[in-house]
Amino acid sequence: MADMQKTRHREPLLHIAKRDDMAPWKAWLIRLTAILIAFLLIGLVSMALTGEGLGEIYSTMLRGVFGRLFQGKTSLLWTYLQRTAVLLCLGLAVTPAFKMKFWNCGAEGQALMGGLAAMMCMIHLGHLPYPLLLIVIVGASILVGAVWGIIPAIFKAYYNTNETLFTLMMNYIAIQIVSYYVYLVGQGSGVIQPVATGNLPTIGNSKQLLNILIVVALMIVMFIYLKYSKQGYEITVVGESQNTARYIGINVKKVILRTMLISGAVCGIAGMLLVSGIDHSVNADTIGGQGFTAIMVSWLGQFNPYIIAAMSALIVFLESGAGKVADTFFLNGSFAGVASGIVILFLVGCEFFIRYSVRIRRARKEETV
Amino acid sequence: MNAPAPAIELRNITKRFGAKVVANKDVCLTANRGEILSILGENGSGKTTLMNMIAGIYFPDEGQIFIDGEEVVIASPKDAFDYKIGMIHQHFKLVDVFSAAENVVLGLNEKEPYNLKTATERVREISEQYGFELDPTKKIYEMSVSEKQTVEIVKVLYRGADILILDEPTAVLTPQETQKLFAVLRRMRDAGKAIIIITHKLHEVLSLSDRVTVLRKGEYAGTVITAETNETQLTEMMVGEKVNLNIHRSEPKDLTPRLEVHHINCSNREGVKMLDDVSFVANAGEILGIAGIAGSGQRELLEAIAGLQRLDSGAVLYNNPQTGKMDNLTTKTPLQIRELGVRLSFVPEDRLGMGLVANMDIVDNMMLRSYRRGHSMFLERKKPKELAEHIIEELQVVTPGASTPVRRLSGGNVQKVLLGREIAASPTVLMAAYPVRGLDIGASHTVYRLLNEQKEKGVAVIFVGEDLDVLLELCDRIMVIGSGHITGTVDARSATKEEIGLLMTKTAAAEDGGESHG
Amino acid sequence: MITSFISTSIPLGVPLLYGSVGEILTEKSGHLNLGIPGIMYVGAISGVIGAFLYENACGNDLARMNPWLTVLIPLLSCIVGSVLMGLVYSFLTVTLRANQNVTGLAITTFGIGLGNFFGGSLIKLVDSDMPSIILTKTSSLFRKSLPFADDLGWFGEIFLSHDFLTYLAIAIAVVASFVLTRTRVGLNLRAVGENPATADAAGINVTAYKYIATGIGSAVAGLGGLQYVMAYANGVWSNNAFGDRGWMAIALVIFALWKPNMALIGSFLFGALCNVNNYIQGLGTATQELFKMLPYVVTILVLVVISMRKKREHQPPAHLGLPYFREER
Repeated sequence: MADMQKTRHREPLLHIAKRDDMAPWKAWLIRLTAILIAFLLIGLVSMALTGEGLGEIYSTMLRGVFGRLFQGKTSLLWTYLQRTAVLLCLGLAVTPAFKMKFWNCGAEGQALMGGLAAMMCMIHLGHLPYPLLLIVIVGASILVGAVWGIIPAIFKAYYNTNETLFTLMMNYIAIQIVSYYVYLVGQGSGVIQPVATGNLPTIGNSKQLLNILIVVALMIVMFIYLKYSKQGYEITVVGESQNTARYIGINVKKVILRTMLISGAVCGIAGMLLVSGIDHSVNADTIGGQGFTAIMVSWLGQFNPYIIAAMSALIVFLESGAGKVADTFFLNGSFAGVASGIVILFLVGCEFFIRYSVRIRRARKEETV
Repeated sequence: MNAPAPAIELRNITKRFGAKVVANKDVCLTANRGEILSILGENGSGKTTLMNMIAGIYFPDEGQIFIDGEEVVIASPKDAFDYKIGMIHQHFKLVDVFSAAENVVLGLNEKEPYNLKTATERVREISEQYGFELDPTKKIYEMSVSEKQTVEIVKVLYRGADILILDEPTAVLTPQETQKLFAVLRRMRDAGKAIIIITHKLHEVLSLSDRVTVLRKGEYAGTVITAETNETQLTEMMVGEKVNLNIHRSEPKDLTPRLEVHHINCSNREGVKMLDDVSFVANAGEILGIAGIAGSGQRELLEAIAGLQRLDSGAVLYNNPQTGKMDNLTTKTPLQIRELGVRLSFVPEDRLGMGLVANMDIVDNMMLRSYRRGHSMFLERKKPKELAEHIIEELQVVTPGASTPVRRLSGGNVQKVLLGREIAASPTVLMAAYPVRGLDIGASHTVYRLLNEQKEKGVAVIFVGEDLDVLLELCDRIMVIGSGHITGTVDARSATKEEIGLLMTKTAAAEDGGESHG
Repeated sequence: MITSFISTSIPLGVPLLYGSVGEILTEKSGHLNLGIPGIMYVGAISGVIGAFLYENACGNDLARMNPWLTVLIPLLSCIVGSVLMGLVYSFLTVTLRANQNVTGLAITTFGIGLGNFFGGSLIKLVDSDMPSIILTKTSSLFRKSLPFADDLGWFGEIFLSHDFLTYLAIAIAVVASFVLTRTRVGLNLRAVGENPATADAAGINVTAYKYIATGIGSAVAGLGGLQYVMAYANGVWSNNAFGDRGWMAIALVIFALWKPNMALIGSFLFGALCNVNNYIQGLGTATQELFKMLPYVVTILVLVVISMRKKREHQPPAHLGLPYFREER
């Protein structure tokens, strides 16, 4: 009887405990390992699918990103940097909200609405003098993005409405509004031909460079805002502990509204960069799901603008590289989605080993009765 | 004829948390069937830890547990159920959107298929058997605290428990509800169950239990038969002999009223009254101690003064030494209070959840109070950094540096950072809730010294404490709060521990006979 | 015309019904699985692969295909594929306690990628002129409806003319509703999503419940993808054709207030909302697009109203989206 009880009462084999703190270099070592394993896995999968060697796969990936850089052709690299910039911009946009623990899953819609506003100005206000038009475009896209962001925030602040679900739904409303507009303007063809008015200026021959510079500037501004401004400080306090915020007299509602206004506004800028800077047109797929990827990128970047930049570069690298692999070896282009999915899942999973320590419990000594 | 073995017996139970903290040391206890045993002790005397070991939440480091004379191992709550032990925790474990009956049958592995109707019927039967007033179909979120407690008791009975442990069951009840609960407990005793009730209210012990086991600072202080004892003897067993702590105390001078609290009342979210007509004056240049059982309204009182608690009625007035005028702080937010020029510092009980931000470093925590200063939209970190370094040096905070997150500091160092910041704001009123809880002797004495310095500077210091020895040596006056009600104020230089102990355990209900309410 | 409106709205609602019932089961365990859109893609493509292989093995000859196997092979491969995805999600969020939003979105990226990748690869394999795979033979069995439906006029058209997966969806919703409200397992599952610490203290294996709920939920959602390809789309897979139905299923969960029987009504209402633009005379293509946002607008309205009214029974599971770690009690 006593024996039976003992076996029944055995402790679990693995003991999982929250870690105090892991040295940053160790944490990065774990993340790097996760990325490497993921890359290896992607390589092996490609190998199995294509029958090519690993070396060939990885060099194809690099070619997909950097192109014939060494032969003086840089256009692929520009595209790579520009795509990274847009993803980074969206990642920066959701970061203040995430830091406040407001799960803004609506970057896709906020950016799309910003892009739509830019498009409408380009089409309907094309007669304005160019500098004025540019100002109007920038202002309108920021405003519309911010409005799209603050609507869920109002309901969160006053009625505690679930913001994850609210912002998700707002994406699809934005998508349908854009579809509506595209059919309206495109005369039923479902396509708006590129518009020549209100395009962002090009620097040299590159229409991407201005976008990249703007986003780099935004990245620095966001870093400074979060780390050195009073508002950034309030965001951190509200995110860490609403009780402390109350204790020092922070108006939590006001901070929620203000932060989502910023988050939406930056999304609006991202939409404007895409529409006014690159596509000169808009459609429901202009953001192309980058708004969702941005959520993951911001989280993986631990809400630090510089790390978010690195993560954006990594994800876009994968998408372009895996796309090239697919292209070269006659796989389907969606291989890119599979590849970035694998890397993100590995990165998400490895955080566990950074935050928790796992040790195998030795069997407790049996007490003698 | 042999007497039956006790329902449950603990022999020399010891439980440590970490290397230093000994929660229970060599505790022995027996509880018989058909008997109510009270476990009496001050806060932190290890009552709950001991009971958690019977309920399978903790596992003892040393010692043996016997049930009906046989040694047993209780490693999980499920094991405890198997031995028919049921514990009613202070914090209820109920699913809010479920009905009472659903909560009762939750997690059971009964043979017959689940049927809410039969479950409801059985819950109703049990309720009638013991005289509970419980609607089995009512949802938990619609219930009062005492109804929720009833659900917990029924849950335990439904599982066939015949050893019942109740952890401070009366702490959340009104006097009338308490009387009803006691009637139920007596009925269950008469039905042959063993009942263990944790409490620190003397009059309850005396009116309810058959025997009393007293714990003091984690150790076993003895067991007495209720009929053969009295309040004075129990208080002595509970508080023990006076320990001399050698805390320096200066004579207060230039006493002027600084903070006046007039007849304040407030209720918590469940509508339970937490402060009941509280009035007092805190003087500049003295330390006013507040003694009381944990959860008697101390937190609400301090938060009410700090502008964090909505009052039902009453007023908080501040005698502004700069203007000489009385400022009304009632209904003001913490920010508005500061804008009035009231320098009110507050060291809350929850240091890392309220007073500080655990993930921020010491410098950023210094700014919590002062970051708004200046018109720039950017933070000014130079002065907070100097302050952080000053506090680290002055109070000997053990830390790798000023840029270490406070969550990595030990309890004593966290408190030094918090207290240091609050004092650096050169307050005129300084409120500290349990500032030495969990601190070692050295750190505790630093805290006493700092509070004394503030008092000598003419600050009105309010000190909420739990250790009576500390309160008696540190404070000038001690105000005792019981169930949200001021039960008395004594001179700390002449009062005795027993005197305060008796005031602490006195509730509004026990008082009703003697005093009339005005 | 009303008859045809209703009978064409129902098929539009069926994938949503599968997706939302799957998501409800998962959310009841406290896990907000934003991977459902991806899992539905995987469910669909797994079924397509199974059917494709079987059709090829039989030399694309309907006469040689065993009707039972023709249905069971895609069905089983769909379930296996979806459950595997669900396992990845639960391993990350339950065992590794990863952030649910991020994991779910990653699963969606991954799942949609997988779906389109295998879909695209199959298309290349058959070297078809059209960017799609056509499994008419399998589909013809999936689309079999009751033989006497045509003889019963409007009643037959509305209620009896559908494929068996439609009826299965309704059955699953009804069973799920019964299990959640009337059984011990359902009670325990709801407790896990509301208050895992209480469930744990009551002796419920919280981890097992979370894994099983997510697994079954994923399987159910995956069937929605299969139904779309095999029945609604006549066995034609083309990349991205499934579209945003997965997200609409998540919206439907809110609309249904986390109740499978409400999802039953809601799915057909959503189907009707998606269909209404085809039945209003004289709508331009542009305006039709505006109509398509109706389900989302309605969902937001429901979300706002429940949060304003604060009726406890209508709230999301209290522990939705939060990880549970026993030692943090």
